Amino acid sequence: MAVIPLERKTLSLAERTYVPQILSGLKTTFKRLLKPAETLEYPEQRPAIPPGYRGVPTLVRDPNGREKCVSCQLCEFVCPPKAIRITPGELPSGSDREHVEKGPQAFDIDMLRCIYCGLCQEVCPEEAIFLQNQYSMSGYTRAEMVNHKDRLYELGGTLPDSHFKWDKKKAAAEHGNAH
Amino acid sequence: MIAPTKPDLVTVNIDGKEIAVPKGTNVIEAARLVNIDVPHYCYHPKLTVVGNCRMCLIEMGMPAVDPATKAPVMDPATGKQKINWIPRPQIGCGTNVSPGLHVRTTSPMVKDAREGVMEFLLINHPLDCPICDQAGECKLQEQSTGYGRGYSRFIEQKNVKPKRTQLGPRVTLDDERCILCSRCIRFSKEVAKDDVLGFIDRGSYSTLTCYPGKQLENNYSLNTVDICPVGALTSTDFRFKMRVWFLKQTNSVDPESSVGANTVVWSREGVIYRITPRRNDAVNDTWMADSGRVLYKQVKSDTRLTTIKVNGADSALDIAIHAAAELCKAGRVAIVGSGRSSVEEQFLTKKLAAALGVSVSLVSRVGQGDKLLISADRNPNVRGALVTGLITALPAAKLTELSAAIDAGTVTTVVSLGEDLATAGLTAAQLTKISVVYLGTHANATSAAAKIILPTLTGFEKSGTFVNQQFRIQKFLKAVPGPVGATDDLVVLAKLVTAAGTAIAASEVGPLWKLIAAEVPALGTMTFANLPETGLLLDATPYAALPFAEGETLHYKPAAQPAAATT
Repeated sequence: MAVIPLERKTLSLAERTYVPQILSGLKTTFKRLLKPAETLEYPEQRPAIPPGYRGVPTLVRDPNGREKCVSCQLCEFVCPPKAIRITPGELPSGSDREHVEKGPQAFDIDMLRCIYCGLCQEVCPEEAIFLQNQYSMSGYTRAEMVNHKDRLYELGGTLPDSHFKWDKKKAAAEHGNAH
Repeated sequence: MIAPTKPDLVTVNIDGKEIAVPKGTNVIEAARLVNIDVPHYCYHPKLTVVGNCRMCLIEMGMPAVDPATKAPVMDPATGKQKINWIPRPQIGCGTNVSPGLHVRTTSPMVKDAREGVMEFLLINHPLDCPICDQAGECKLQEQSTGYGRGYSRFIEQKNVKPKRTQLGPRVTLDDERCILCSRCIRFSKEVAKDDVLGFIDRGSYSTLTCYPGKQLENNYSLNTVDICPVGALTSTDFRFKMRVWFLKQTNSVDPESSVGANTVVWSREGVIYRITPRRNDAVNDTWMADSGRVLYKQVKSDTRLTTIKVNGADSALDIAIHAAAELCKAGRVAIVGSGRSSVEEQFLTKKLAAALGVSVSLVSRVGQGDKLLISADRNPNVRGALVTGLITALPAAKLTELSAAIDAGTVTTVVSLGEDLATAGLTAAQLTKISVVYLGTHANATSAAAKIILPTLTGFEKSGTFVNQQFRIQKFLKAVPGPVGATDDLVVLAKLVTAAGTAIAASEVGPLWKLIAAEVPALGTMTFANLPETGLLLDATPYAALPFAEGETLHYKPAAQPAAATT
């Protein structure tokens, strides 16, 4: 490889004293000194989350406090990094959700794999999984970074529902078009 | 290019494509031959045609002839014979081809008819897809996407019918999902010969149910689940276990009897979830027995052998092989082969017997055949042992000769290939008298008495071939990896043969087949890879004189009178 020697530019006297450079830098400092701060004192202060933000995926309950997920496993199927793992199961007979028949026995989301794409929320036919405002996940071990079902419901809370699909179905079964 | 029309072929025109098909073929099957899908629910190739779902409506017409002169009427626009189209759609399943028949499967009338049928079928169908086990392999899902309207105009209340009904020990029925195709009813009546299902009530209240006091409990009940086009009939065992779109399908063969029903093993990440039949018109059509579907449970059984043991202590494969070779050299050896081993394993068993210079006996298992897909011979591969030359006569149920030899002291070491010697007629005293080398998958009396235990793989964890009662050689493939501690039977056998003094170059199915093809004349032209999915029929004439135990089953008639079922 050819080596091309470059002549170093000779500095003027003003440049050699560094005074103009320091002054121009201090100009910005003094200008900002009197303006309100633009940074946040994280974690005491938290940013406002804009609508449509995709935070940590969570499971939500309906306004009656019932589990919405029926473990159809569509989110597990659509998840691009395969972060979701569901163990489906039959709901015990006698419970108030017996007519739904199916629910997750285990629901794990590996937050080390999750890419926050929101496809699980988009695909969910029961509107049970949402990416909400929670954005900071941390832990000391890999196992801590897997959100299990209890944690997912704790993070998710309750969201309003306009369908109550399974309640309607139960009502129809009780006094519907039975023969 | 049209094949020259033979006497039993008729030429039909489907969507402009000419094809010659055998007489008696219906339009659905004829269209399948030119890769045109005619959607249907109630039609099943192995059941009678009822034509009650109306999904397969097509438009058909015949070439026009002048009624008086019988001369063809030509269409001046095209220069071809004019086609008289029937003004109303016809069902494809109930319409057999006739010479010159013209069919349209994509015309506006057909599309309109399909949309109408789909809309009516979906009126009372519940929105259960998220919790329905059929989702992913549901004809109603597929065809409402492919041929439906795409939105619902139905604002009234859907009918309510019984859900979660147990039709029998293995089948769960959801009547709301049923589209009344009657496939299950016809199957029970025509194939299983156990007429227990029927419809009650009328119109949209029609409900599938068992006859009073009856249950769907025959050994073929789960076939109704397979043929149910929707999620009405579901398997209680597979219920809510896993979504079908996650499952990997591996072709296999049912090892319960010498019928060798073709199967598909459905697994995900090394776990088997279900077994379903695979269509083979020469063996099992599209059916299989329920008893063969639960065999996957033996893979994760509590009694599974997973540690190599020498004299009761944990050991390693090469040490155990060395110890086994020492035992074989020290004592007088007998080998108990198995009719459950694959052809490849039997070939290596023969090699082992030749290397040790000893005889091989097999154990026969004879039960009652059910005249359908369970034959009397419960060993899947006795004929494989005949073809490879491992045995020349049919095995007996009890090892009387071996028993006598042990008592006489002429046999001191027995190598058992997965056969339980205790059930095969040896007493506990005889088992303690001899040294047993046991290659097997599950614990039993023989493994408890064995000096050396070499855990091997079940049929779901290895590849191989079986020769069924028709002398059809069929291959099964590895669906899941074996458990830690178990070794492939072929590896163990090859190591034993090598330790006995004869070098064997191959311990995998593919390379081993080169040796088999070279040494077994009947299999000389084959390789494992080019064996067709539906199997290959071998020449059965050299064995025609043997008194096989099998009676008549589906697609099999015994050549001679079968021997008494108790032998």
